[in-house]
Amino acid sequence: MHPSLSFDQAPPISVPYRFFLAAPWFGVMAGILLAWSGGDALASRWTPEVLALTHLIALGFMLQTMCGALFQFIPVAVGGNVWRPKLVANTVQPLLLLATLLLVAGLLFSRPGLLSAAAPLFLLAIGGFVVVVALALWRTPATGMTLWALRMAIGSLAITVLLGSLMVEALAYGLSVPILELANIHLAWGLGGWALMLLAGVSYYVVPMFQLTRPYPLWFTRWFGPLLLLLLLAWSSQLLVDDARWPLLVALPLLLLVSVYAGMTLWLQYTRRRKIHDATSMCFRMAMASMLAFAISGATFFLLPELGADPRFVVWLGMLAFAGVFVSAITGMMYKIVPFLNWLHLQRLGAPLSSVPNMNKMIPPEAMTGQLRLHALAVVLLLAAVWQPGLARLAGVAFAASCAWLGWNLVGAVRRYQTFRDRIRAAGLHH
Amino acid sequence: MSITAPLFQHHKHCDELFAAAEEACADGNWAAGEGAFALLVDQLETHFTSEEQLLFPAFEAATGMTSGPTEIMRGEHRQMRDLLAQMQAALASRDSDAFGGGAETLLILMQQHNMKEENILYPMCDNALGASDVGALLAERLKAS
Repeated sequence: MHPSLSFDQAPPISVPYRFFLAAPWFGVMAGILLAWSGGDALASRWTPEVLALTHLIALGFMLQTMCGALFQFIPVAVGGNVWRPKLVANTVQPLLLLATLLLVAGLLFSRPGLLSAAAPLFLLAIGGFVVVVALALWRTPATGMTLWALRMAIGSLAITVLLGSLMVEALAYGLSVPILELANIHLAWGLGGWALMLLAGVSYYVVPMFQLTRPYPLWFTRWFGPLLLLLLLAWSSQLLVDDARWPLLVALPLLLLVSVYAGMTLWLQYTRRRKIHDATSMCFRMAMASMLAFAISGATFFLLPELGADPRFVVWLGMLAFAGVFVSAITGMMYKIVPFLNWLHLQRLGAPLSSVPNMNKMIPPEAMTGQLRLHALAVVLLLAAVWQPGLARLAGVAFAASCAWLGWNLVGAVRRYQTFRDRIRAAGLHH
Repeated sequence: MSITAPLFQHHKHCDELFAAAEEACADGNWAAGEGAFALLVDQLETHFTSEEQLLFPAFEAATGMTSGPTEIMRGEHRQMRDLLAQMQAALASRDSDAFGGGAETLLILMQQHNMKEENILYPMCDNALGASDVGALLAERLKAS
């Protein structure tokens, strides 16, 4: 059978939602942790607090939502058949949740036993997820650059998790490994190869769709992913190349590539046909502006060593990447995907369409833009707190509040889904 | 030129009309909104019927697939017609919230429908119907609108 005939194989709504609903609360934990710890926590990238914060966001917020979104996106956008999505999601999601909490506790309290326990759980959860998703991505007959970006992203996720597991086991058992280099490589594959590659691949598809922009130019989509992959491989070779200039030589083109993606996305949105501004387009603009700021700051870090010598500088870069780029972009995506999935699944119940409320009834637009303003304030405070430690507690509170509001908006959407579903079913019984 | 190229072009045309109607109604410019929306409904209807009366039957006859992708596309046309009717009612009662919510929903539905057609169904049609005169008929019908 031609696989493209199974157009309509989106998973049950609970599959993406169980990931989406969990994610914001990890952001809340991160905010509370920062508010609790205060400004000294941000003194360098190696403090237990910063390591814990980073992984709360990277694994709890980003990886959760990205896994959930892939279950939805792969069948719909690239026609891939994910094997038993409900079973896989019901297994992977709790494992991932538990592994994240163990890892974060291990990093925060410097408990090697917890770290060592977290690693096999990650390998199991993400290993299983990677295999199932990779099978779907390599078997689909579809073509196109979104598909290739997804393939490269899922490979990068595997590399990131393997490197991470290697590092925690080395720490737990006191093995001697080049931990600084490994951490830099782990970070590059996680942020660049997985998160950015996935964001780019999804952008090729959703940016024109949500805002009626022109498509990304063919030359761009053709070269962005492969170049990113190549530069990440070059970055990884710092393990082998014994030349202090090597990271600089790789980092500058990498940052340039990142800014071309951000600039291109902003330009497409600026010249879009649709004139309406909504929460999603604002989230995307915030994410892309943060990405440009990240690229400029990163270049400064490498070119002006006296500035880069301050250990807080890397924390600044981390705030831009995690809170500024990815939390913003993911929030924007969820604000579009969740109302649409609510609508789609409700109208599939067979009720007359007029009885299904439209997308704006699922999450009120004011609730989304309000949360977004608080998120923007939180990002500004987080960035300021890197240099003004006195602001750290306030920044933590603001970030926790913003993530809680996001979580509340999503919970509200799910409750509305349930209410409307019950109403439609009850009405059906009367006929 | 592929036989579905006119449909592909017409999707972009409908996108323009959608953006114009949505913008006018969001600004409370109801007079302009009514004109723009009527044009959108007219062009979408022309598009749907061109596919349902010309392309899909030809594809089904050529491949024997009657319950596959064309059936799903017909179902989505139905959903879009229902949404347009809801938007029409909102426009008549000058309810910009209801119109905006309908427009938001229509946009996503329409875009993902277009992508399925452009990426999967149209290439299948081009393969199955390359030698037929369906392309000329489609071009004529869309031009006449």
